[in-house]
Formats: sequence, C-alpha cells, structure tokens
Amino acid sequence: MYDFAYHKPSSLAEATRLLAADPDAKAISGGHTLLPALKHRLNRPTALVDLSGISEMQGIRREGDALVIGALTKHEAVARSSEVKSAIPALVFLAQHIGDTQVRNRGTIGGSVANNDPAADYPAAVLGLGATVRTSRREIPADEFFLGMFTTALEPDEILTAISFPIPEKAGYAKMRNPASRYVMAGAFVSKGKMGVRVAINGAGPCVFRQTEMEAALAANWSPEAVAGIKQSASGLNSDIHGSAEYRAHLVSVMAKRAVQSAG
Amino acid sequence: MNVVQPFEGIGASVRRKEDRRFLSGRGQYTDDINRPGQLYAHILRSPHAHARITGIDTAAARAMPGVEAIYTSADMASVGGIPCGWQIHNKDGTPMAEPKHPVLAEGKVRHVGDPVAVVVATTRQQARDAAEAIEVGYDVLTAAANLAQAQALGAPAVHDDVPSNLCYDWHIGEKAAVDAAFAQAAHRVVFETTNNRLVPNAMEPRSAIGDFDATTGEHTLWTTSQNPHVIRLLMGAFVLNLPESKLRVVAPDVGGGFGSKIYHYAEEAIVTWAAHKLARPVKWTSDRTEAFMSDAHGRDHVTRAELALDKDGKFLALHVQTQANMGAYLSTFAPCVPTYLYATLLAGVYATPAIYAEVKAVFTHTVPVDAYRGAGRPEASYLLERLVDVAAKQCGFDKVELRRKNFISTDAFPYQTPVALQYDSGDYFSTLDQALETSGWAGFEARRAEAKARGRLRGIGISTYLEACGIAPSAVVGSLGARAGLYEVGTIRVHPTGSVTVLTGAHSHGQGHETTFAQLVADKLGVPIAQVEIVHGDTAKVPFGMGTYGSRSLAVGGSAMDKAMDKIIAKGKRIAAHLMEASVEDVEFERGTFRVAGTDKTKALAEISLAAYVPHNYPIEELEPGLEETAFYDPKNFTYPGGCHIAEVEIEPETGRVQMVNFTAVDDVGRVINPMIVEGQVQGGVAQGIGQALLEACVYDEAGQLVSASMMDYCLPRAEDLAPVSVATHTTLCTHNPLGVKGCGEVGAIGSPPAVINAVVDALRDYGVEHVEMPATPQKIWSILHRQQS
Repeated sequence: MYDFAYHKPSSLAEATRLLAADPDAKAISGGHTLLPALKHRLNRPTALVDLSGISEMQGIRREGDALVIGALTKHEAVARSSEVKSAIPALVFLAQHIGDTQVRNRGTIGGSVANNDPAADYPAAVLGLGATVRTSRREIPADEFFLGMFTTALEPDEILTAISFPIPEKAGYAKMRNPASRYVMAGAFVSKGKMGVRVAINGAGPCVFRQTEMEAALAANWSPEAVAGIKQSASGLNSDIHGSAEYRAHLVSVMAKRAVQSAG
Repeated sequence: MNVVQPFEGIGASVRRKEDRRFLSGRGQYTDDINRPGQLYAHILRSPHAHARITGIDTAAARAMPGVEAIYTSADMASVGGIPCGWQIHNKDGTPMAEPKHPVLAEGKVRHVGDPVAVVVATTRQQARDAAEAIEVGYDVLTAAANLAQAQALGAPAVHDDVPSNLCYDWHIGEKAAVDAAFAQAAHRVVFETTNNRLVPNAMEPRSAIGDFDATTGEHTLWTTSQNPHVIRLLMGAFVLNLPESKLRVVAPDVGGGFGSKIYHYAEEAIVTWAAHKLARPVKWTSDRTEAFMSDAHGRDHVTRAELALDKDGKFLALHVQTQANMGAYLSTFAPCVPTYLYATLLAGVYATPAIYAEVKAVFTHTVPVDAYRGAGRPEASYLLERLVDVAAKQCGFDKVELRRKNFISTDAFPYQTPVALQYDSGDYFSTLDQALETSGWAGFEARRAEAKARGRLRGIGISTYLEACGIAPSAVVGSLGARAGLYEVGTIRVHPTGSVTVLTGAHSHGQGHETTFAQLVADKLGVPIAQVEIVHGDTAKVPFGMGTYGSRSLAVGGSAMDKAMDKIIAKGKRIAAHLMEASVEDVEFERGTFRVAGTDKTKALAEISLAAYVPHNYPIEELEPGLEETAFYDPKNFTYPGGCHIAEVEIEPETGRVQMVNFTAVDDVGRVINPMIVEGQVQGGVAQGIGQALLEACVYDEAGQLVSASMMDYCLPRAEDLAPVSVATHTTLCTHNPLGVKGCGEVGAIGSPPAVINAVVDALRDYGVEHVEMPATPQKIWSILHRQQS
C-alpha cells in the first residue's frame, strides 16, 4: 500500500468539498474493493475520504411506496432488516448471499453500486427493480446509472447517498457463483410491479444489463417456463478460466428461470 | 494410594496439547519473531516467463529512503546454486540434466516469479517502494509454458545447456514381459489423462530471518521449514559454504507445509547471506501472491496407460508412459517424485505380474514442481483407479468385482511387486468390504433414482488405493539417487524427578506431534503426557534429523523414540537391579515401574532417574550416571498404508455443478496412536483430494503468465464444497517397525481424487461419458453435457 492522507468528514457537504478539492482523492465506504486494490498497489489515491461518519447516508426507511436504503448500510443490515423483508424479500435474499460473513459486515450497498463491478450483486437489484439512485446533487434512474464496467453516471465529486427501491409485486434473484472468488458468474434479478416487468442480468457481461426479450416474455406470461427457453446471445459476454461466454449465456437463462421461480 | 490416571497411551484420543497455544494466538511463527535492528528484504521478481536480462539499473532505488542495500546476481557471485537432492539416471545410464539453479537470476529469467534482485531496507514498505524503482531491461523471449510446448519441434530451451528441455528419460520394470503379456491379452484398455497442477497454499506463507553474530561468527536462520537440518546441510555445504557448527537453523511453529516447505529456497540463502553482509538481521515474508509464484507447485503429469487383461478380467500387464513437468529449475526432491514415488506405486493393490513405466521429466518456463501431499502417489493411484474403472466399463466387468479379482491376496505378504517395492502387510478385502458397507454401496441405485426424480444426476465412485510412506531405508533410497539418508533420530531425556523431554528430528507443522509423541512416552514409560515435552525444529537443540514429509514422522521418528526408550529401560533396569539388590535379568519394567519378578519389590521410574542423577548409591564402576538416550532409526522398508475410499456426488445438469454428498474412508494406517488425530489427518487429506478433483487448477497461459495467481482464480475447497467424511480404520500392523505403524498424513489426498472422479463419471453414465479430467468444474461438466446433447 502506498502512503495516502486520510479524512473522515462528518457531513456530506464536507465530504463533497474534500473530493472536489483533490481530483486524486477517493471516497471509501466499506473498502472491500478499494482496500485490496490498495494493498496490491494497483491504486494510488492521494487521500481517502472515509464516508462512514456521515449520518445522513445511514438508515433503512419506507417513503410511501418506496424502500429507501442509505448508502452506508452494510449488507448484513439489509440481510437482517424486517423492513426490507416485508417490502422486498428478494433484496434480503440477495444481501444474505453476498460474499461471506466478513464481507457482509463491512461492505455497503452504496459502495457496491457506485463501484459497479460487473460481478457484484446489488447492481442487478437496482436495475432489476428500476430503483432511483440518490446522490449529493441529484436523482438518477437506474437505467441511466450503470454505464459500463466499473463506470457509472456519478461525477468525480458526486457521492451516492441512498437508493430508493420501488416496492414490486414480485421479485426474485438467482445467481451462479464463480467457484474460486464467489463473485457472480451469471445472475438474474426479475421483478414485476409499477415499473413494469424487468429482468437485469449481472456477472455475465461487462456491465449489468436488461434482458428485454425475457422482459417481454414475462410480461406476456409470468412463469419460469416463459424465460427458460430464451437463449441469451454469448456475443459480448465475459469469458475467463471459470466460464466461457457460451457457458455464461447458458447460465443467464437458467438463472432467469430460477429467479422467476423464487419470485413466485 | 493408587492414583488413577486417564489413559493417555497408544489408542487414546487425547486432545492435542499444542492447540491451546495455536487457538489462543500464542503460536510463535517465523514472522512473529523480530530481532533487534532487523531489516526487511523484498524480492523483485520476473514478470515474464522467459526473458534475457539486458540490464539492471538500481541507482534510483538505492537513493530511496531507508534502503540499506540492493543485490543482484553480480553481488552474489561467490554464492553457489541451489542444489538438487536427488539424481535420476536415464534409460541409458547417463545422469539426468541438472542445470544451475541460481539464487538470483543470472542473465535470464525462466518463470514468472523468478527472483531478479533483492532490496533490503528499514521497513517492508520501503523495501517494496525501492524495488519498484529498480529498472530491469528485459528482452522478452518465447516461453515453453507447458509440457507440449516444451517438447515441440523448435521449442525454446529453458536452459541453454539442455536444448531438448529433457531433464531425464527414465524407466522401470520389464518391457519384454509387458510386451509378451499384451500380445496374448484378451482385452487391452487405453486411458490417457492429465494430473492437474496444484498450488499447495499452506495457511502460513513462507518466511525467513537471517541473523549473524560477528563476535562468534555464528549464523542463525529462522525459517518456515519442515526439515531444518536438511536446510542447514544444503544451504551450508552447497550455497553459502558455512560449516554446520556456525550455522543454526530454527523452524519454529510452522503453519502447514504439505511438502512445499521441505525444499531449500533462494530466500533462505538470501537473508542468511545478507545478514552477514550487513551485520544486521534481515527478514523476508512472502505475501500470498508471491507464494503462488515462488512456492514449489505439485503434480502436473500427462500420462498414457494401457492395461492388458485376460478374458476373465485378470490383469496381465500394465504399460505407463508419463511426462512430468519439472518447472524451470529442479527443486530439492523434484526428480524422485514422478519416478520412485510414482512409478513404483503402479502395482497398487493388484497382483499385476508385469509392469513397465517410462517417465520423461521436462523443463518448462513455470514455477518448479516438487512433492505436494502424497507426492507421486496421488498421481499413481489416480491413474490406476481411473484405469480400473475404465477397464471395467469397456470390458463389461463389475468395477468392485474386477478389483476384488485382482487384489493381492491377504496371505501373499510379503508381496514383491514388479516395480521394486515389497509390501509387508495389508488386507485390501477387509477395507473394501467395510467401506462398501458403511457407504451403503448396495443401496445406491435407489438413491440415484430418488435424485433423478429431483433432477439431479447421482454417482458413486470407488478407489482401492495403496501408498508407500515412512520414507525411507537410507541404503535403498541412496541406490536410487537420493543424496541424503532418510533415517530419523530421537533423544529421550528423563529428568531427575522423572519428567521427560524428547528431542526429535521430525518436525510438526500441523500434525500434532507434541501430543502423539508424548503418548508414545506415556504408553511405554508411564509418564503422564503433561510431563512430556517434545522439542523439535532447532538444529542447536536436536541431533541431526531428517524432518517431516512422506508420512514418516511416526513410522521413522516414532520408532527412533521407541528405540531410545528401550535403551532408557535397559539402563533403568541395571540401576533398579542395583538398588533392589537383584540381578538385572530378574527386573521387569512396565509403564513406569521396575519390579523384581515374582516379588513386591518395585522402584518407580522417578526413583531410578533420581538415582541416576544423584548417584550416591549407584553402580558407578560399570554404569555412567544420567538417564538420557539417543537412537537413530533407519527403517528396513517403506510402510504401505492402503484402503478404500468411496465418494458419492450429485450433479446439477443445468449448471454442471458437482456437489459432494457423501464420502467414506476406510484406511489401514497400521497401529493407531491417537484416533482423533488420525481422523483429522484423513479428513484434511480428503478435503485436499476433493480440491484437486473438483476445484483446484494452476493455470498458465500460452505465454507462461500465471493466470490463477490468487484466490480470486485458484479455487481452494470451502466447507460447502465438502461432504460429511466418514473415517474408519482397519488395522494390519507394519511388520518391520517396532510400533507397527504405517502413517496417515497423505492417505486422504492419495485415495480420494479417483473416488471423486469415478463418482462424477458414474453420475454421467447415461450420457456416454468415458472420462472427465480434473478438476471437474461446473463449466467442464456443462460443456460435456452440452456437447452430448447437441
């Protein structure tokens, strides 16, 4: 790890100021992606701005027909939340199955979504539920948030503060893990509600994406069988020693089917 | 008054004495040790598989804060190459190719991770910072990244003096007899396979601290080693030219080895040499990524085998051709792994009358390969036990009956195999029957049908394996090319008031010696294990011993202790006879008490030891004072554990995922000292075997880059990947060591991989699948099913 300055602001305004003042500073939340990168000397920020002291980014609450989860909420808190469980049980299931106990007790929803690792879990829920990303300066619909591998619509000094999930009629999530890293090799988050029918695929491609053919099929017939037969094209999907693009494409159909099954 | 002690002797599942220390964080591992004024070394390693070094510019790095020294091979010209401890001879009698293994790369780098330069600085971070400032010019060359590339026409030579990349071309057995048997065989079955390359991944990374005392001229090396005396010998005599009397090697608590900490590594020589040069202690500790590219790897064979059977299924002959990857340099014991630890095991538990094996060892631009838990024997048992299953299927025999038909019969021991070994004892029928019973083999088809109703493909697989351990008779291994003896030493020091300290040349890095060895003393001398201390791992304390590997600690080290205890008892009897005014022949000894036979005259061991150290009333004319004895034990033969492993798996066809559902192990490890420790050893070995069969693969790309260089890509087994492992033992005693023990450290890793793959292939039986290569990953299984369906 290289040397860096460390700041722990207590307000969003202060954090924004720190990030705006130093283009090479980085925000850190749970640190479960950034810290390993720092330890491997793959990243050399001048300063870390630790967001964990900012109270306005905490908490899980209902706002009308939406569930709002503060960016600093740890995966374990979502996994154990009765509020989340009654509103969107699929989100509890997802949080319960991120990484391992240590990861869930440190990693945060805001960090996961802002990082937009193609193999992360939360981006699938955000896109699959048609959530709204709240930041220090605006609200961004999920469909406009995830731009590419590790790339989002966030500006350098813009901080993700919360995510507002519309409460669906039905939602489900299924994933196949990479046997070694246990990150997602292919996953599907499906939902049905006022945002329509949505199918978000993570792990398989360079960025989470909507599978519109499956959405159309489910809109016509909400059943596992409706998506099981739909083949995902392997073109453009990720490929590594654990899963070729073809294997991932196959898994997309299997996971979509299972996600619908779990949604009921 | 009689105080009833809980039984702590042979056969008692005593809790491990050392665990209190380990579980409470009080272990003293090498990296826990810090010497006054200690500096830190960082090794700059090659990012290329094969390149010519055109220049190394250290000027900028030398100016960095905290830097004390930077060394390259030019600075270490007086330092010798790392020696190889075993010489194999080719078919034509000429010795193997043995190119130099420099401590730091000389002119060329030969694998990703090859050490190029060393930075020594005040802190670890400063050393690392400075290493990044070293500019190395590389002229990148084409690499031979695997066996096929290294043997292709025009392949780049790993060593200029070995243009063919062939280390040796060796054979064993009678070719003519095998050819004759094949000519009249009713069935000939061919099986080809790759034994996947593995990375050992001990929990504790390697670490080494060099220290030098200018006032005495003494060097001390603390290192993560399984055999500190061997390191002292190899490094002192061949690399640094230091006499043993001026070099102390300490291997303190070591957190796992699995073979990877047997060998002498460059970093040990570097810190010892640098500490002398700088007159400051120098520490180096590997990180996990560094471990992936610098710890010796395991396995990596490509093999073609052909079995001849008569019409009834009797094995007539076996012909095996194996290519073994040595990596870029010869690690300490690498040459013996695919030869004497592999091909000599190809009889397995079967009375195959003729066997001929040919092994080509090949240099490649990869990390050196050496022994890893089982070392050669897992490769042999995997080959044989898969081959028997393939033969059963192709020729229409029941796979259990085919095995039974060819077992060496229980009354045939000692049994001479056609590949050099002579088995002393075994009972393969009983371990088979017991495993079939425990695993519910007979009821499997009902479980398969039930799984099918759930959409799962269930399979069952069996392996009836054998291994050779308790390494080894020195004269035998010497005649086969070993450059070391493989006896073991034990000293029993009975203190004046009767407590005991044991000095052993074996080394414990997870095996539980502090408990098992204490139980031997408790059993024989009647001393409670709380009063028995085991000392190991320090050349300044322990006589020259050979360390721990090849499941040898108990069979060889324990036997040395047993012989030393015999000497203690013999001397004690003479003292007791004097004190009780009886003749020595009339004195008996049992568990702590000397008795004049047929009388109630007794003396406790503590009374005898007190007399020995306070020799007021003592046969001083004929007997030296003191009660301390040392024995060196050289085994007469290897030991031959064996048994039966049965795996049951379920495959999820949609994803290809293989789930272990059951595992049964019935092993004959000879006499069991501590059943709980044996069970733990077998479970750990089975976990590693399941890892090899289903999960682990060390992957290099065509350019020689290590793709699986971290836990993100190298898949070690987790709890959820395993199944309940039922462990039982069925004992036949080793006939040639005094304890009757055989060894249990490796059986789990040797017996389990073929059982798992046989189960996977069985699960896929409706799909016409003949074989699945290890590791049977979800992607691989899916690809097979997908291909069969389309």
